[in-house]
Parts: sequence; C-alpha cells; structure tokens
Amino acid sequence: MVEKQVTGFGSQVSGKKAKIINLPLSKKDVTGLNVGDVVLINGMIVTGRDKIHKFLFYERPSKKDIPFNLSGTVFYHCGPIVKKSDSGYKIIASGPTTSIRVETYEHRIISSYGIRGIMGKGGMCERTLDAMKKNGCVYFHTIGGAAAYLADRVKRVVDVWKLEEFGVPEAMWLLEVENFPAIVTMDAHGRSLHSDIVEKSGLALKKLINK
Amino acid sequence: MLKLRDGIVELYRKVATSLPPDVEDALKAACVSEKKGSNARHALEIILENIRIARETARPICQDTGVPVFYVKTPIGLSQIELEKTIIEATRIATEKVPLRPNAVDIITDKNTGDNTGMGFPVIYFREVPDSTLSIDLMLKGSGCENVGQTYKLPKEELKADRDLDGVRKCVLDAVYRAQGRGCPPYTIGVGIGVAKDQVTRLAKEQLMRRLTDTNNIEVLFKLEKRLLKEINTLGIGPIGFGGKTTALGVKIGVNHRHPASYFVDISVCCWANRRGRLIW
Repeated sequence: MVEKQVTGFGSQVSGKKAKIINLPLSKKDVTGLNVGDVVLINGMIVTGRDKIHKFLFYERPSKKDIPFNLSGTVFYHCGPIVKKSDSGYKIIASGPTTSIRVETYEHRIISSYGIRGIMGKGGMCERTLDAMKKNGCVYFHTIGGAAAYLADRVKRVVDVWKLEEFGVPEAMWLLEVENFPAIVTMDAHGRSLHSDIVEKSGLALKKLINK
Repeated sequence: MLKLRDGIVELYRKVATSLPPDVEDALKAACVSEKKGSNARHALEIILENIRIARETARPICQDTGVPVFYVKTPIGLSQIELEKTIIEATRIATEKVPLRPNAVDIITDKNTGDNTGMGFPVIYFREVPDSTLSIDLMLKGSGCENVGQTYKLPKEELKADRDLDGVRKCVLDAVYRAQGRGCPPYTIGVGIGVAKDQVTRLAKEQLMRRLTDTNNIEVLFKLEKRLLKEINTLGIGPIGFGGKTTALGVKIGVNHRHPASYFVDISVCCWANRRGRLIW
C-alpha cells in the first residue's frame, strides 16, 4: 500500500497521509491496517443494506449462486439514488447508511463470503469486531451524508443483483470506485474507535449528570 | 392548483439539494474550530465540499432524502383536502424529477411504492391561521438520525433526573450519548416537553424548523439551550462520531403545559444535513 497526501477537497487540504487501497484485499493487506488510518479505496465494491443482509444470513446462498465475487472485496452499507438511461445506470447519490442495523447478520456474512472490508457509518459492535479479528476484515467508516461527493467517486455501475426483488436502495450494486475516502475505525486486531469514544463520552456524561 | 404544485416540486428540489445558510455557516465555523489534520476536520471538509457539489450540480446532499414532513399554515377558507392532494401529486413528480430516493415501504407487503407516497406518507400537519398567505414549510428528515431519537418519562432514577428542567437537561445529554455517531453529527437537537407522548414528539421535531441563530423568547429556555449546547460539545463524540469538539450545532426547546401526573420529554435528533425550507404563496 502506498501513502500519499490527501488533496482534492476544493481549496482545503486536510494534510493527512492516506493509504491507497487497491481491491481485492488479501488477509495480509488487512492486518496492515489500523484504527485511525485514512484510506482511499480503488476497485470493485458491492453495496447491500437491510434486505440483502437478511437474505444472505437466512438463505445462505452458495458463492456460485451470487453473480459477483465477494472474496476480498468491500461490502458497502449503502442504498443509492440511481438513474437509468439508455447508456445504463448512473449513481446520483451514494452515501453510507447506519451499519448497526445489520449487526445480527454481519459476522456470518464476513466468514462465509471472505469479505475483507465492511464500509458504512456509525460503526458496529462486538460480534462483528470478533468476526473481523478471526477472519481478517476491517471497518471502513466513510462520511455520512456526503452523498454527492461520494457518488463522484463511483466510476461506473458494473452490474446489479436482486433489483426486481428488493428495489433500488436494497439491491446489491457492483460498483467500480476511485479514490473513495474512508477512515478505518475497527481493525483486524480487535481495536475499535467506537468503543473508545463510547467509553470517553460515558465518563463525560457521568460528570455532567452529577453536576 | 397547478402552479402551486410546481412550486412545491421546486421546494422539494431546493430542500434536497441545498442547506439553509445558518446551517452551512455553523458547519464552516465548526470545521475551522477542529484541529488541523484531525479526523473531525477531515470529515467536515468533505461535508462542506459535498454541500458545494450538491448545490452546484442540483443533486441531493444525502442519498437518504428522508421522510418529507410538511408544516402547512392555511388562510381561512382554503381547502385542506385540495391542498393535501396537491402536495401528494408534487411528491410523486419530485421523486422522479429531483430525483428523491423512493422511501415509502408498505408495512404489510414490504414493497416500496416507488414514489414516496403511501399511508401517512408524506407527513402533513395543517394549521389554520388568520392570515391571507399560505405558508408551506418542508423538512426532509433522514432516517439515520430519526432512529436515534428518544422519549423519556420523568422522573428517571438512573439519570438522577427529577421532574424539572434540570431533569430535562440530563435526558438530552443521555439521548446524545446514546446516539453516539450513528445519526451523522454534528446534530441539531429538538426538545419537546409536555403532557402526552404524541404531543411532545411532534413538538420536538417542530423545533428543528427553527433557525440555529434564533433566540428562544423564554429566558429560562434560552439559557438551557445555550448550556446544553456547550455541555453536549464536551462529550467528545465529534463530527461523524470520529471524536472532536463539535457534536451539536444547536439545541432548540419547546414547551407545552403538562398534567400533574405526567412529565414527558422527547428528543428529536437531526443530522448535520438539516434540510428545511419555506414556500410562501
């Protein structure tokens, strides 16, 4: 993985070094990532939210029943706005959705399909963190609500699965992304920025309540 | 009502693709207050850039164009039935034209209607006013932040919260702590206090229509709003939940009278993309 200065936020530059991620990721790549790393993701990712998770968890389709190769990829919690034209589909807006809603399902999906990155917002809990440690997977936290900015980092819509059955937001979209920004907030070493912040804010809350 | 219908479609476009100036200003101020090179600043820079791109390309700020909530003030004699029909028609057109994400899902069949209309969808509140103009306020409320809202009944022992405004303060802090970064902070927090569950929920959400720069005309509440904003920003949840100084941009409190036996507090949380707008007709 190469490091480069993050630029391209208009006139503002955050001055952070970003790791460039080229998909698919190997287990070794993933163990080189740590909580706090700023990354730019390139390659093929898939989207999925509530319905796809429920489906993968209960129906357990085999790898050959899924039209896309999920191995080594990033599973993005996102229900995009998509426009259809003669030349195909175009992503209009594609920010993350709240990941915690699929906490029940994610651990088994990571281990069954060889996914190396979960991407979304808000972070996830213990069961997912354990599965990440066991299987070699990280959580990429992207920027909630930055849907136009993130849509501009989708180069093209490659394919879609379950569109008829689940509808546009809930279908699985295969997207090619370029310089898609995120921050690692849960890593394959069992660390989570989210549990750190829960703990610290919990102490601050106690102080304020006892005031 | 054809012209009005097109006016409402434009209102949808404006609210989905741009933020009110007071919200954008508050986000800019938050950005420069966060440490250079921090994750919080990184997040706010992307957010501000996103706001610019969305406005310039007339695309939705967030892919979750949310639940449309209308607060309509009608002059005496204007038919609310006709007005409701016009709003629903405008919603169908706006879904196609803006575009908005279709978000209305049937509880029984689990099917998405595809056009953002359905039973109780969009949400419309009417109020008749002794005025000659029709005023239509629209909020597009994302569901990530809707899901982290809370309702409390006071007293609440775990929080040492009694039936008074200090008890309310503790509930608000607890609600933000529970929300963590899941609803896309920095948040705007609406608080409703009063007699019944349905009433306080509506009152809390209505507070989100207030400008961040306005001042509560009840002195005690004005002070509580200021204090709460300061205290929330010591929790360290920060923009997008990455840690940092800015967890909220504003706190707005509304009150009604209560029953001696009841003290309800509702907290409605709004993400940084506090999308609201008004059409005067």
